[in-house]
Amino acid sequence: MGFKNFINSKKLAALTAVMMLGGTNLLMAQTAASSEITDEQKSQALTNAGYYVLLFLLICLVVAIVGRILKVYELTNNLQGKKAGTNYNKVMGTLFLIFLAFGLVGAYWSFTVQGSMTLPEAASKHGVQIDHMFTTTTVFTMFVFFVTQILLFGFAFLYKSTAKRKAHFLPHNNTIEKVWTIVPAVVLTVLVVFGFTTWRSVMNSAEVKGDINIDITGHQFAWELRYPGKDGKLGTKNYTLVTGLNNLGIDYKDKNSFDDLKADTLVIPVNKSIRLNILAQDVIHSVYMPYFRVQLNAVPGLPTFFKFVPTVTTAQMREKLNDQTFEYKVYCAKICGGGHYNMQKIIRVVSDAEYQQWLTTLKPYLSDPLKKELKLADAGQQNSEVKNRLALNN
Amino acid sequence: MSTLAVQGHGTHHDEHGHGHEHHHETFVSKYIFSMDHKMIGKQFLITGITMAVIAMILSILFRIQLAYPDQSFPLLETLLGRFAPGGRLDPEFYLSLVTIHGTIMVFFVLTAGLSGTFSNLLIPLQVGARDMASPFMNMLSYWFFFIASVIMLSSFFIEKGPAGPGWTIYPPLSALPKAMKGSGEGMTLWLISMVFFIASSLLGGINYVSTVLNMRTKGMDLWKMPLTVWAFFLTAILGVLAFPVLVAGVVLLIFDRSFGTSFYLSDIVIGGAPQPFSGGSPILFQHLFWFLGHPEVYIVIMPAMGISSEIMSVNARKPIFGYHAMVYSLIGITVLSFIVWGHHMFVTGMNPFLGGVFMITTLIIAVPSAVKTFNWLATLWRGNLRFTPAMMFAIGLVSFFISGGLTGIFLGNAALDINLHDTYFVVAHFHLVMGSAAIFGMLAGVYHWFPKMFGRMMDERLGYLHFWLTFIGAYLVFFPMHFMGLDGVPRRYYAFTEFPSMARWLSVNVFITWSAIMAALAQVAFLVNFIYSIFWGKKATQNPWESNTLEWTTPVEHLHGNWPGEIPTVYRWPYDYSKPGAETDFIPQTVPLSETMSSNLPHDFEDNPAGLELHNTWTNTQKANNQEVK
Repeated sequence: MGFKNFINSKKLAALTAVMMLGGTNLLMAQTAASSEITDEQKSQALTNAGYYVLLFLLICLVVAIVGRILKVYELTNNLQGKKAGTNYNKVMGTLFLIFLAFGLVGAYWSFTVQGSMTLPEAASKHGVQIDHMFTTTTVFTMFVFFVTQILLFGFAFLYKSTAKRKAHFLPHNNTIEKVWTIVPAVVLTVLVVFGFTTWRSVMNSAEVKGDINIDITGHQFAWELRYPGKDGKLGTKNYTLVTGLNNLGIDYKDKNSFDDLKADTLVIPVNKSIRLNILAQDVIHSVYMPYFRVQLNAVPGLPTFFKFVPTVTTAQMREKLNDQTFEYKVYCAKICGGGHYNMQKIIRVVSDAEYQQWLTTLKPYLSDPLKKELKLADAGQQNSEVKNRLALNN
Repeated sequence: MSTLAVQGHGTHHDEHGHGHEHHHETFVSKYIFSMDHKMIGKQFLITGITMAVIAMILSILFRIQLAYPDQSFPLLETLLGRFAPGGRLDPEFYLSLVTIHGTIMVFFVLTAGLSGTFSNLLIPLQVGARDMASPFMNMLSYWFFFIASVIMLSSFFIEKGPAGPGWTIYPPLSALPKAMKGSGEGMTLWLISMVFFIASSLLGGINYVSTVLNMRTKGMDLWKMPLTVWAFFLTAILGVLAFPVLVAGVVLLIFDRSFGTSFYLSDIVIGGAPQPFSGGSPILFQHLFWFLGHPEVYIVIMPAMGISSEIMSVNARKPIFGYHAMVYSLIGITVLSFIVWGHHMFVTGMNPFLGGVFMITTLIIAVPSAVKTFNWLATLWRGNLRFTPAMMFAIGLVSFFISGGLTGIFLGNAALDINLHDTYFVVAHFHLVMGSAAIFGMLAGVYHWFPKMFGRMMDERLGYLHFWLTFIGAYLVFFPMHFMGLDGVPRRYYAFTEFPSMARWLSVNVFITWSAIMAALAQVAFLVNFIYSIFWGKKATQNPWESNTLEWTTPVEHLHGNWPGEIPTVYRWPYDYSKPGAETDFIPQTVPLSETMSSNLPHDFEDNPAGLELHNTWTNTQKANNQEVK
């Protein structure tokens, strides 16, 4: 069977019809009962489905029409006694130029439209440094991106094969090669130095008096929070002490543990240094707080910490985003099981006064049932020698 | 560099002269348990394509989930049964799909499918050898790969389904069989499959290295080798040195899973009950994994780079610009790739000083990568570009490599990685630079060497259609993901509707999914073209692309031993295209310099005083003749 016959065969048409039916079945999707998405988004999604099917069919149609036009062009050339066949070098060279034009417009559109959907300026002190680093890197890289892509597709158009052209024999040029080895090396050195100093300042683990110590512990699929009590110190923990009532394994041989507080929301005061002690109980999780430019893994057996200073309160960010429902969130960024995609905790950045007020509403971890379980009538007298080991200080 | 004579197996073939075409081959010995490197290359290719199609279908399944997270598709339940109850993917099965898609694409398609195919096909043909150093080991390498593929796919047919902790299989998720559905038997099968896979890679790699080192034909010194062979050679070295480390990591993981050891486990609480693990570190596994995992990125992309360099030179009708720089870049990448693994671990909590060190080494590796890109551009400059489908895909590779490579500079910077790590920015980056670019290298290779593999030509028009739909589709899929990542959208989420800030990306997800479907459907054009052309394609001539390299001096027909008579001698480098003074725009490596005196250059005779003297004599004679004429 010739290729043309193969394309035109009824069997192929029937197969296509079956595939289309299969596709239709896919598209006739039913809305699941457990949806939490808004009606507006649902209708938008369905509209989009139909839209993209039509778009795809339209593209197929355009491809078919272009194919036919090329065929007619070939036949016309044959009738006029010109050289048979389409000059695909010319066609492809031109298509590369068209792609370049559309690509540049598309990239510009993406940067303006989708770029405007990205995170606003950081809500933490160190985040501003990271943002500056990001801007610098973007300027360098996007310059290279646009220049090289224009050269690539520009050359493809300019130097498409013709019978008249003879390629230029240029096996090497040491000067040019030195230039484009040294220039990227210098640019990267600038980025390395800038990046290294930024990284060191962000990860600076020096203790600062007045750091607010907060424990955040990940387990499938939730974050647990622990705040220090009036003594400002968190007690030690030991995973072997975990029970139903003592789900963090807090060691009550350490007197600092007695006033530790339990919280459902990560409330933090603006412009204060927060030291987030990051722990995990089962698998690796990752504390991810994109607005604060904070991310660090929670690794079982390897406590870590991340220090940051929030600079924009929740109320201020709501104003900035013009969204009164906005909340900062902690996500889990490391694959941790079926509920990974829904592991979250609300973060609320408030004034210091509000924070102090909120602290008074918290209850201690050491509940009465737990006291009974631990028989802790006089446990507060004991003092533990156990140190809280934190990997970043090692 | 000294020239080495043909030795070992090649010598054996030489002794037997042209008797190879008369070997009696049964169907089984020719097509199944073949020891011919060309057939083994085809076996790798067809298995790789099959695995790629499966991985692509898996990706479409989870893309549908991401685009329509609140809807049920009855067809999914019909197809997937318990993995899609009510027509919606189970969240844990979603993670399994992501895991197996990643595993298949990285290892089974882009490592074995790409390197296995073209290293097997081209190394002996381009260095002038009858076969690999050990054809039997070569056959074993394919069958180990096949067994690994079958085991990996078989995990879809067990009760809990395939592995689900991501293709990086970080413990404790992979070490605790009860951590999730995909941590159970599916994970065990994943590990067994990878042991077979690594054995296959080592068998193949040892063969490639020894063939390149020992079996080059007369005249084929290292600086006369095509860039494809350089790339395959260095890739094989990477694999041979890096894969055993993963084996060590996997063995320790198996011990933790099955024998109660604590290499990677410590302070674990499951279901409220403390587990008896202490003293281990999950970070240790990450160090071991990425010691392979990062070189693996280059194991994937370097063969594609070599292939595209070769194809661009042939179709630009120009020498590859900066051949030596290209080789040194490959060597630089090979060496540096071993000391950059820590950039995958900036936010694991390892010592921040280490993060700084790894940032420096990571950004240094961008220099040889930049050199390669600029050299490709210079190769196209003032060329006479023939847009064969292979050339189109090679140009596409360069475009993807630029786009994806530049975003690597963001991720290699530890400070920026804090916010971008494990977001869609990473997904966009590696799918462009090592997914799309490497796949394009592979496809370019298939279109270019199809005549060598099957003796027939592929249809160009279907090739063009395939290229444009895939090229545009890939950009439409991955370009918007950068912005999702910049908005802090984490990867590997089953649904984005749980967070209002992510739900606003829903329409973009729909767009990406349909672009992915378009790109997937474009592969139908390739598959139809591939299968149809094997049987009914236009018959190929011996050297259809007018190329210089040795593989095009072999007969079109399948011939075990490659050349019917003596193995040809090599006299020149492989990139003599459009040489001034030459009669044609290509001069095969087998043409002696004495036959092309009008186009020879002094550097053609480097390290060859007799040749240089011949050149000087000829030049002086020409000058004298010219003066006489005047």
